Amino acid sequence: MASIDKVRVIVVGDSGVGKTSLVHLISQGKPLEGSPSWTVGCSVEVKLHEFREGTPSQKSYFVELWDIGGSSSHRNARSVFYNPTHGIILVHDLSNRKSQQNLSKWLAEVLNKDSATSSRSIAVDQYDPEQFVGSTQIPILVIGTKLDLVEKLRANSRRTSAIAEECGADEIFVDCQQMRALAAGSSSAIKLARFFDKVIERKYQTREARDRVSPFTVDSRRSRPFKSYHND
Amino acid sequence: MGFLEDSCIILISQVGFFVGGWVFFVKKLFRDYEVHHALVQLLFSATFSLSCTLFELIIFEIVGFLDQSTRYFQWHFVLYLILFMTIVLVPFYIGYFIVRSISFVRDRWVRPLTIIVWLAFSYFFWRLGDPFPLLSPSKGLFSIEQAISRVGVIGVTIMAVLSGFGAVNYPYTSMAYFMRKVQDSDVQSLERKLLQTMDMILAKKKRIALASKRPAVAPGTTGGASGLWGLFRSSVSAPTENVRQLQSEARGLEELSRQLFLELHSMRNMQERVEWAKTWQGKYFNLLGYFFSLYCTWKIFISTINIVFDRVGKKDPVTRGLEIAVHWLGLDVDVAFWSQHVSFLLVGCIVVTSIRGLLLTLTKFFYAISSSKSSNVIVLLLAQIMGMYFVSSVLLMRMNMPAEYRTIITQVLGDLQFNFYHRWFDVIFLVSALSSICFLYFAHKQVATDDADATFHAN
Repeated sequence: MASIDKVRVIVVGDSGVGKTSLVHLISQGKPLEGSPSWTVGCSVEVKLHEFREGTPSQKSYFVELWDIGGSSSHRNARSVFYNPTHGIILVHDLSNRKSQQNLSKWLAEVLNKDSATSSRSIAVDQYDPEQFVGSTQIPILVIGTKLDLVEKLRANSRRTSAIAEECGADEIFVDCQQMRALAAGSSSAIKLARFFDKVIERKYQTREARDRVSPFTVDSRRSRPFKSYHND
Repeated sequence: MGFLEDSCIILISQVGFFVGGWVFFVKKLFRDYEVHHALVQLLFSATFSLSCTLFELIIFEIVGFLDQSTRYFQWHFVLYLILFMTIVLVPFYIGYFIVRSISFVRDRWVRPLTIIVWLAFSYFFWRLGDPFPLLSPSKGLFSIEQAISRVGVIGVTIMAVLSGFGAVNYPYTSMAYFMRKVQDSDVQSLERKLLQTMDMILAKKKRIALASKRPAVAPGTTGGASGLWGLFRSSVSAPTENVRQLQSEARGLEELSRQLFLELHSMRNMQERVEWAKTWQGKYFNLLGYFFSLYCTWKIFISTINIVFDRVGKKDPVTRGLEIAVHWLGLDVDVAFWSQHVSFLLVGCIVVTSIRGLLLTLTKFFYAISSSKSSNVIVLLLAQIMGMYFVSSVLLMRMNMPAEYRTIITQVLGDLQFNFYHRWFDVIFLVSALSSICFLYFAHKQVATDDADATFHAN
C-alpha cells in the first residue's frame, strides 16, 4: 500500500444536491441504498484508478474523494479540509438552478481558503473564475445530478452550465441511482477517467514527463484550435 | 372621502405589502432553491399582505385616517379573507404537497386524498375549541367568532412560546458573561486531530479497496502492477473477515470524525462571538442584554402573579403612563392629544418589531430544516403560522390600546373572552421561559465539559 501513490479530490456543492450518492457511485460502482442523511463534516471514499488505462504506462493510483458537507452553518469549520487539494469536483442539482449559480461561490470559498483565516465571508461577486484558469490550474469537473427528475420536467436539460464554460471544465450529467450511469465505456465514465488522469498528471507532472510515450488524448475533444498534438 | 377612494388606498397598500412579501420570499427564504410552483409564492405573499393590512387598519384606527364605515367594512373583509386562507386554502395545499411527495401514491388518488386530509384537519381544528372556555354558547356554527377563537388559541400559543424562548435566549447570546474564551492553539490542535482521523479512515478504506479488488484481478492484466498484487496476496491471509472488520472500524472512526467536526464548529462559533463582542455593535447588544434580562425576570414574575392572583390588568400602559405623568409627576399634559400620539408610537413599534422578529425567526427555522424536497411544504407551514400569529397579535394588542380604540377590535372580533387569551399567554410564556432556562443551562454545561475534554485531548 505504501507504494501506491494518491491524489486528493474534493467534492463540493450545495446541501442536498447528491454529493454523497455520487461519491458512493464513483468509488463503489453501485448506487447508494436508501437516502443518506446530511453529511456532517466530511466523508471520504477511495477509488483505485488506473492511470492511462490501456497504454504501456498504466499505473494504479488511489483517488481520495473528500465529500464535504454543504450546510451553510458549517462554513467556518470546513475550511480545514480544503488544503491541500489536487482536483475539485463541483456538484449541482439539475432540478434546482440556484445550486448551479452557487457553484461560483463554492469555487471562491475553496480557492480563497488561505485568506479565510478570519471567518468573515469573501466578497464573492468580485471573484472572476476566468482568472482562476491561468493562476492555480487545479483541474475542475462539473457534475449535474438528479438527471431523472429533470427529464420529467423539461426536455432541454443538457445545456452546459456557466461555471463549466468559465473554467474550461468538463461537465457530465448523471442520475446517481442508476448503476449504468458511470458504466465503463459511457461518455460520462470517459470524461471522469480523463479528469482523474489530468489530476494525477498535474501532481506527478515531472515524473510523468519522463515516462510519456505518446501524448494521451486529453484535449482532443475540447475545441482549442491552437493546440495540436503529434506523435513524436 | 368616499368609500371607493378609501378602498383604493387600502388596495394600493395591500399590493405594496404583497410585493414586499414576494421580494422577501425570493431573496431571503428561497435563496437556495428554484421555484417550481408559483402557487407557493403566491400563497405566502398573499398571507403576508393580508396580515400587514390588519395592522395597517389598527394604525388607521388610532390616527383616525379614512371613514369610519370604510374601516369597519375593510376589517370584516380582510378578516374573512385571512381566516379563509389559514383554515381552508393553505392547509389544503399543505396536504396536497405532502400527499404528492409520498412516492407510492398514484396521480389519480392525489386529489381525493388531499380532500380527506383537509377534512381530518378541519375536524381536529373544530375539536380544538372543546377544552377551552372560549366563548358564550349563544353563537352559531359558522360565525366568525368560532373560527377566530380557535385560530386565536393556536396563534397565542405560538406567540407565547416564541416570546418565552426569545426573552431567555437573547441575553444568553449577547451577554459577554456567557462567552468562553477559546485559544487559537486549541482550535489548531483540534483541526490536526480531525485530519489525523480522516487519514486513518482513508488508510482503512484503501485496504478495503485493495482487498475487494484482489478476487477480480485476472492473471493477464497490467504486467507492471502484478508484482504489487503478489505482494499483497501473500501478506493477508483471510480477505473477507478482514474487510468486514475494517469496515466496522472505519465506521467507528467516521463517527469520531463527525464528533470532532462538531466540536470544531462550536469552537469556531465561540471565537466568532468573542470577536463580535469586541465590536461596537457587540458592546451595545451586551448592554441591552443586561436590561433585557432584568425585563425578562420581571415579566416572569408578573406572569406568575397574574396567574396566582387571577389578575387581569384593566388599564393599558399608555393611559397608565399618562396618569402617572399627570398625577404624580405633575406635568401639565393634554391627555387626549398625547394619548393618541403615544399609542400610535407604541402600537407602531410593536407592529414593526413583531413582524421583523417573526420573519427573522421563520427564516432561521427554514434554513435549518428545509431540503430541496420539503421546501414547498415547509414554506406553506410557515405561511400558516405567520397568518395565525398575526391574527392573534391583533387580538392581544387590544390590551395595549386605550379604551376608545379598543372598541373596533371588540366590535369586529366579536364577543370573545379576551381575558382568557391573556391568561393563556401568561401561562404558556411562563412554561416556555422556564423550560428555555433549563434547556440553555444544560446545553451550556454540556458544551463547557466538551470544550474541557477537547482541550484535554488536544494537548
